[in-house]
Amino acid sequence: MTNTQPLTEPVVQRPPAAGPAARPKAAWRLMLPTMTPWLATGLALVAGIVLFGVLAPFLVGDPDRIRDVGLTGPSGGLWLGTTQTGQDVFAQLAFATRGSLQIGLIVGVLATVLSAFFGIYGAYLGGVADEAFSLLSNVFLVIPGLPLVIVISGFVPRESRGLWTIAVVLALTSWAASARVLRAQTLSVRNRDYVAAAKLSGERPWRVIAVEILPNLLPVLASQFVFAVIAAVLGEAGLSFLGLGASGSSTLGTMLFYAQNGFALPLGAWWWFAPPGLVIALFGTGLALINFSIDEIVDPKLKNARLHRRRTRLAAKGGAA
Amino acid sequence: MTSVHVRGLTKDYRIRGGLRRRPLRAVDRVSFDLVPGRTVALVGESGSGKSTIAKVLTRLEAPTGGDVDVRLDDGTPVRGSLYRRHVQMVFQDPFASLNPFHTVEHHIARPLQLHGRTRGAEQTRQRVLELLERVNLTPAADMAARRPHELSGGQRQRVAIARALAPGAQVLVADEPVSMLDVSIRLGVLNLLGRLQREDDLAVLYITHDLATARHFSDEVLVLYRGRVVERGPADDVILDPHHDYTKLLAAAAPDPERPGRVAAGEAGVDRGAIDNSVCYDHRTRSWVHIDDVAATADGAAHDEGAATRART
Repeated sequence: MTNTQPLTEPVVQRPPAAGPAARPKAAWRLMLPTMTPWLATGLALVAGIVLFGVLAPFLVGDPDRIRDVGLTGPSGGLWLGTTQTGQDVFAQLAFATRGSLQIGLIVGVLATVLSAFFGIYGAYLGGVADEAFSLLSNVFLVIPGLPLVIVISGFVPRESRGLWTIAVVLALTSWAASARVLRAQTLSVRNRDYVAAAKLSGERPWRVIAVEILPNLLPVLASQFVFAVIAAVLGEAGLSFLGLGASGSSTLGTMLFYAQNGFALPLGAWWWFAPPGLVIALFGTGLALINFSIDEIVDPKLKNARLHRRRTRLAAKGGAA
Repeated sequence: MTSVHVRGLTKDYRIRGGLRRRPLRAVDRVSFDLVPGRTVALVGESGSGKSTIAKVLTRLEAPTGGDVDVRLDDGTPVRGSLYRRHVQMVFQDPFASLNPFHTVEHHIARPLQLHGRTRGAEQTRQRVLELLERVNLTPAADMAARRPHELSGGQRQRVAIARALAPGAQVLVADEPVSMLDVSIRLGVLNLLGRLQREDDLAVLYITHDLATARHFSDEVLVLYRGRVVERGPADDVILDPHHDYTKLLAAAAPDPERPGRVAAGEAGVDRGAIDNSVCYDHRTRSWVHIDDVAATADGAAHDEGAATRART
């Protein structure tokens, strides 16, 4: 796990968002969150884990190679030790991180597209379509996610249960809440005069949605995408841990599953179950930190509250000195 | 040139109150004509149906009853996408009518492209700059690159006017175009509208709650109260010699520099509760008309009896 730290260095130097003094030139600049220590930490964590997931699998050996060493702790050659069957835990971690990120990305995109379609399109059309889409998302909202996922995953035979099956199942159970938020936002945006003016110019509906409405929803969409990725990584880990994950896939959840089956905990083999758990936790933390910063764009009140807190703190310091 | 004939225009909204829905008649049997080069002013308080008429006229809302007939000089009816090109609107709030995400150029270039007024990026850009110069936004190249939040209210409203002109509008609906602007720049925007009207021979529907600018800017005035026309006629007649109680009230509500600090409503000697909007005084015929007879006499023109019947039921 500690190996990810050096990889975070380049990320911190990423160009920061427009400072308060700079006069914003482009609209997309206004969409960027203000750089705060929280955001920097989040970006560093996420970028580190992503780089690890993308690059490390090329650098490590075969994760399935069985050595004649049994369960051994971390050492100079094998940084995170081996599993019961002598497989390199570090190599497994690299591939598992890649697998989890893959599913997180797929589900994030699918869930965002679904929620955008049902939320924005329905609200824009209004009338019966809106009622129908709204009903549909309400139904999906009250369906308990994890039990349904377990049922569907258990129902699909193991051999045909691929990465995409799991991704689609996770996406289907996680889009509804976002769709409701987007619907509310769209209902507010679509009644603004500039949308009426665009219709008046003769813009087609899809262009009104894509060019006039969507840009104003981008912060909300970004925040929901990030949230969907967290939910997907966690959900997939849960499924795989229960042995219901994609067959033949290697994710952080399957690592935990095998660690559990190999009695890693009773045997005290912390190097087997702690690294995947930590990667999940840190990835979730990083994305959540990024999300808080995006939330500040969606709701500027949060930002004002933060600035106010800082001012009071500075004033208190000034008063004490 | 394009003229608009509105006959017996009626618009109902359904208001949801709990389980029951009740209709609200926002506009009731309103008739008027818009002809090139002339301005008709719709005057009335908030909720009198002014903006609803604008929305129906620009086809943002469908009328419940009545006719909106838009014709070219040779009598060809204007339909479909041609309607959008001919009838354009300037919105009340310049802070809401421009998308904060897009540049000024985008707002004006889109209608040009959509209506095939220009070919190619270069020509479009040229046309955008010309339009910006026409509405006195200079330097045009600098203005075109800006975003709405970098413009003042008056400048935004000029952009909105340029956008309305971009498709080649013949009929301009101006929905309180200056009510959100500073008093000091209102006259500038109104004079700009007047100049553009003369240059392009536009038919203008000027919607306002301000009698003074209505008199300054328009030829004919229609006073609306609760969705019905209660007084109509040439601008000077209506404003200087109001007959209907509601118009008197409106005229008295304008601050009079000669007699500062007076309360308007009491001044006019009008009991607000007693205002009757079922009758309309017409300055051209010098007579009172009941709303149920309006069909026969509106503008002295032949009237679509069917539409009026539809509207009444």
